[in-house]
Amino acid sequence: MHRFANPARFVRLARPLTAWFGWIGVGLVALALTGGLMLTPPDYLQGDTVRIMYIHIPSAWLGMAGWGGIAAASFAQLVWRHPLAHVAARACAVPGAVYAAICLITGSIWGRPTWGTWWEWDGRLTSMLILFFLYLAYIALAQAAGREEGGQRIAAIFGLVGAINLPIIHFSVLWWRTLHQGESIGLTGSTIDERILWPIPISVVGFSLIFLSVVLMRMRALLAEAKVEARLRRMASA
Amino acid sequence: MIAALDAWPFVIAAYAVAVIATIGLLGFSLAALRRAEGRADALDRQSKN
Repeated sequence: MHRFANPARFVRLARPLTAWFGWIGVGLVALALTGGLMLTPPDYLQGDTVRIMYIHIPSAWLGMAGWGGIAAASFAQLVWRHPLAHVAARACAVPGAVYAAICLITGSIWGRPTWGTWWEWDGRLTSMLILFFLYLAYIALAQAAGREEGGQRIAAIFGLVGAINLPIIHFSVLWWRTLHQGESIGLTGSTIDERILWPIPISVVGFSLIFLSVVLMRMRALLAEAKVEARLRRMASA
Repeated sequence: MIAALDAWPFVIAAYAVAVIATIGLLGFSLAALRRAEGRADALDRQSKN
């Protein structure tokens, strides 16, 4: 991991990966959404509203994975003092917040025709909403910290502590049996019919590649800004 | 199950939210990257001259 501690080496690697991840991700998402809208049959119970899951599931995954990225990078920052860790954590925050918001909005849109309500203070919905607010707080904290090491450490501690919410989101459907359905896709298999299931993994991989592309773009932008700031400071002191 | 509601307006609205937000995220991130790298490159050129 410390091989990529050099920002110049990281940027050299990230530049082609940004484009590759972005274009392959867009292609896979286009394929999955076309399949989800046109090729899969409607669900026997939910009808056509089931098609919302092809965007709702990947956005829920990325909302949680984004915070997983913040927590992992925060850990690397606090334990190994990796120079790119804070940049990586900051870069995960905005896309993570966007996908958490997409998850909440598409879930609400899905809830209206299936549950008869736009919102319910159910365990899964509420813990996801808390994740979205945690993102907003982290973005504000990391922005305020800037290049100051103490502030960056506080943001990293917040990133680690906030990860407590991830297992709460995951197990919420088991702990509080309210409106949100239980787990339908697990490590051992799925309860969803295969004719409806196939676009989901394609959509998850596609949106994840787009997410990675955005994270790399934001990391490169943050590194370029840091470079400009350092050079201007050197020029001012010369 | 509530069968009285037409599903398609909900499906289209959900897809529109996801697609527009993703395109916006990609667009804003790319614009921020171009701006930041452009500023860094301009400063590099300036210091070389």
